[in-house]
Amino acid sequence: MASTEDISIIVEFTGGLEMLFSDERKHKLSVPAKDSKGEAITVGWLVEYLCEEVMKDTRKEMFVLDGHVRPGILVLINDADWELEGEATYTLQPNDNILFVSTLHGG
Amino acid sequence: MMDAATQTAEQLRQQITATEEQLQKLKEQLASVETQNEAPGIETPLNDLSVQHPVTPGKWPLSSEEYKRYGRQMIVPNIGIQGQLRLKAASVLIVGAGGLGCPAAAYLAGAGVGTIGIVDGDEVETSNLHRQILHSTSKVGMKKVDSAISYLKSLNPNLKYNAHTSHLTPENSESIVSQYDLVLDCTDHPTSRYLISDICVLLQKPLVSASALRTDGQLIVLNSPSLPPGNEAGGPCYRCVFPKPPPAESVVSCGDGGILGPVVGVMGVLQALEAIKLIAGGKLKAEGSGEGKTDASMLLFSANSNPPFRSLRLRSRRPKCFACSAAAGLSLESLASGSLDYLLFCGVNAPVSILGPEERVEAREYETIRKEKGAGHLLVDTREKVQFDICNIEGSINVPISTLQGNRALAAEGELPSWLPETLPPDSPIYVVCRLGNDSQVVTRKLKESGLDKNGRYIGDIKGGLKAWKQQVDSSWPEY
Repeated sequence: MASTEDISIIVEFTGGLEMLFSDERKHKLSVPAKDSKGEAITVGWLVEYLCEEVMKDTRKEMFVLDGHVRPGILVLINDADWELEGEATYTLQPNDNILFVSTLHGG
Repeated sequence: MMDAATQTAEQLRQQITATEEQLQKLKEQLASVETQNEAPGIETPLNDLSVQHPVTPGKWPLSSEEYKRYGRQMIVPNIGIQGQLRLKAASVLIVGAGGLGCPAAAYLAGAGVGTIGIVDGDEVETSNLHRQILHSTSKVGMKKVDSAISYLKSLNPNLKYNAHTSHLTPENSESIVSQYDLVLDCTDHPTSRYLISDICVLLQKPLVSASALRTDGQLIVLNSPSLPPGNEAGGPCYRCVFPKPPPAESVVSCGDGGILGPVVGVMGVLQALEAIKLIAGGKLKAEGSGEGKTDASMLLFSANSNPPFRSLRLRSRRPKCFACSAAAGLSLESLASGSLDYLLFCGVNAPVSILGPEERVEAREYETIRKEKGAGHLLVDTREKVQFDICNIEGSINVPISTLQGNRALAAEGELPSWLPETLPPDSPIYVVCRLGNDSQVVTRKLKESGLDKNGRYIGDIKGGLKAWKQQVDSSWPEY
């Protein structure tokens, strides 16, 4: 059976992405430590969870496109590019900070 | 009255521009006369008896004016005389003479960077002036590059300035960028950002890139060290960090999203700082040590966050990068031949065209309907509240498109949305308006899909939005 244990993490959005998440830049979330299959949750799981449970906006394609975080968004795990940390397979740890940055182009 | 005043103002403006141009020419003449006087003096000072304190050739590497001008920065540790000489010998290309390029150029000219080139094809507009600090009211209509260089010349006449008065293109990029040691990307669109990164990789130039929107900014130093493509010890390029461009509809310009002057100013100043650090620190030319990979970092600035700055650790060069890897598909030849279509790569935001002609009315038609129907219709303005508060058409109600996109303002089936006045008869027409006539189409479609047009109610948008309203109906409408 899936554990009922939760972990606390911080999810932040910047560069305009906050508009998709009720105009809130910083979200303190309590998420289950294990997914429905009993596996430890990953950043990939979190992206799906944000889409399904946290995002009120209907424009999902502004966040996830073809099953991936859309081009132009950087994912940072504790301020490091998630590509340095195993990308979507990174296992979330308590108090992790996950930051989604949409690139800006204005100048 | 108004017309006469406008005319006089216009004449005065033209006079000011003409006089300023004349002044500029005189300054340039003076500068050239002065350099001619100086040059022989330096070469043959001992033969010139009028010189009170003869200068030994080569005794001091800078002129006495330069010691005074740059003294305060030369006495900073890490700069010193060596750093100053490196700055003097350096050449920097600034692409974009806007909100980033203006402050960056001012500080680089102030610091004594020997050669400064500026690329921009645009002209100065009134809406630039709150943030593009090298331009001024009298320069509206002038080429941005010329306006910027005339400011920089008065700030520091000792430097060489190159004006490149058309936009950077795949065809002209090699001949322009190859003249410089370092490039600053101060542009405002993904197409130019990919192009600038590509040419910097091909010509092995370090690149300082920044961007800003609303109250946020981002800064990243790319291709530094600028080792040849295929050398993994080089710094990542723009394509390593962003291999795929964002969808065109997610790209927001300063004109649409807004920008605070000091926010973009901070980012431009930081670009100048990074440039000075690279130049004075002797890090322009990469040393091919080949020792390990170089990670890049991105600096985020957010005016309303505490702390406002945050540094992120980014990746190193991407092993299969299209531009800078051993497997790169990019070459100077392919760039020059125009086979790389950056517009196609990044996509363009085509004007929305989702409504049929029967679902749209001209602004002047709506004005007639307004007079005939009076209160028997509803005008929905879909701009964001902050824009609606600046100016709105009397009697219109504000339903920002963002609230509809979040589906927060659309009612469940069978119910009426809360913003719809209860007093509005169920068959009264609804007209939708926005700034330019794009969002209004999206919203019209959404309202119809939600079933608001049953009972035979007409729902349509105003073609061309409030811009058309100004042109066709109310010339006093404040365009912002």
